Amino acid sequence: MTERPPVLSVRGLSVRFLLPGGRRIAAVTDAHFDVAPGECLALIGESGCGKSVLASALLGLLPANAQTAGRALLGDLDLLTADERTLARTVRGRRIGLVPQSPAAHLTPVRTIRSQLEETVAELRGVRGRAALREAAEQAAERAAFPPDHLDRHPHELSGGLAQRAATALALVGGAPLLLADEPTTGLDRDLVDRTVDELRRHVDADGDRALLMITHDLAAAERVADRVAVMYAGRIVELADAQAFFGAQGPRHPYSRGLLEALPDRAFTPIPGLPPELGDLPDGCAFAPRCERTTGACTTLPLLTGSVACHHPVPAVTSEDIRA
Amino acid sequence: MLELRAITAGYDRRAPAVRDASLTVAPGEAVGLLGPSGCGKSTLARVAALLHRPDAGTLLLDGTPVRRWRHRAPREKRTAFGVVFQQPRLSADPRLRLTDLIAEPLRATGRREAVPERVAELAGTVGLTPDLLTRRPHEVSDGQLQRACLARALVLRPRWLICDEMTAMLDASTTAALVAVVEDYRASTGAGLLAVGHDQTLLHRWCDRTVHWDTVTSAPTGAARPQPKRMSRP
Repeated sequence: MTERPPVLSVRGLSVRFLLPGGRRIAAVTDAHFDVAPGECLALIGESGCGKSVLASALLGLLPANAQTAGRALLGDLDLLTADERTLARTVRGRRIGLVPQSPAAHLTPVRTIRSQLEETVAELRGVRGRAALREAAEQAAERAAFPPDHLDRHPHELSGGLAQRAATALALVGGAPLLLADEPTTGLDRDLVDRTVDELRRHVDADGDRALLMITHDLAAAERVADRVAVMYAGRIVELADAQAFFGAQGPRHPYSRGLLEALPDRAFTPIPGLPPELGDLPDGCAFAPRCERTTGACTTLPLLTGSVACHHPVPAVTSEDIRA
Repeated sequence: MLELRAITAGYDRRAPAVRDASLTVAPGEAVGLLGPSGCGKSTLARVAALLHRPDAGTLLLDGTPVRRWRHRAPREKRTAFGVVFQQPRLSADPRLRLTDLIAEPLRATGRREAVPERVAELAGTVGLTPDLLTRRPHEVSDGQLQRACLARALVLRPRWLICDEMTAMLDASTTAALVAVVEDYRASTGAGLLAVGHDQTLLHRWCDRTVHWDTVTSAPTGAARPQPKRMSRP
């Protein structure tokens, strides 16, 4: 089997915000990753670490004071240099489907779900005629398991789970090869989290050409759905690992990732001491060093992402013999 | 003792969000209330915190029935409760610096002179650095703002803490940190806790006892529709 090209290829992506007074916020620094067809990559990290800025950069939705560097290739198109017209007419909804963080805020409050789905179907697929639109909208709802008897409701009349499905249905209409889910499960209860991520996974598995980039701080959701995990800290990807190894016996190799996992209530339930650094005032060396229990003299220089982890003293990789022993 | 007896409450008398719910929290006890989204558990928590007047039923605070809610409740009853809500952005006044956000309950109850000492002490407890205290909510992350909201809930040294999905918006490390702050406070003061949530693993680990919504109320789950969360301050 030949290696298929990745759906999304991010190379050296950096985002800086320029503030009045000459301050610069380093929201994302030098991010490298690929998302392959049929793959789900989960981008995890604490709130405020730059995850959502990365998503906005891919969609060309950064505010005017942002500067970007690097490349983010979706096929042949560089998302960072594409103009607004290209992004609006060919990318958003058509080549990248966005599953938003807060569906209640993403849906139009004054229109029913049916009307929003019909508009989206008409816009993205060129369906015309009242009966055809109605049928296409109902099919779109069905793909996201949205119950047809709720189509005539307004967003405020839906529970969190149904609003999430409505938003997912809208994201799927265009048949985009890349699904970008930005904290799709925040505030949902565990059953709904499981159902939501299972549905996203199903859409990736359905035809094998689609890819899912899921941004989340919910480690349980990431474990359930992801093939690979990228851990972000202070704007940098510090670990990029196979999900099975990351959540399994091997465990994460970066001390920060280990700390995050150990903070879970079904593990040690102990927090990582201290707070993440300010993105406007990052140290020259490893940004995690002040909170790290394994800090050495080497940590005053910046660790590069070598292999799967950006750390001067990662936890050694376990070989397959060690696991069997 | 905090006793909720046969509470019926909601936002429309014809369709109450909570029907006939009963729950007891002993002094110093940590009780976790588990239930799915939209079941009415937040409404019950608001009743327990004197923030929502029930349509029927009795709330007993140390054996005395509560007769008045919200601003009509006597001050010593209101200040016996510290409340932390799910969404820090909706429960923090966007105009206030974090230091004023934490100090607000002291000012509102005429204890202005205690502000510098208490705010500094609590900022340390919840892990906020001095430079964060001078910022306004839009300049800090969700996790940092929730730390400030927890400090605000503790500033009057309440005997009861009501945490309504306190950690639902937070990452694992911040969750563990805030739960540790609550537990340290309870260990040193003997305060009781009602923690409302949907994360079974978390509540089992955190609380002495967890009760499921179905065993608390007589109404079938899912009878209530989710209500818009309203901003409110204790």
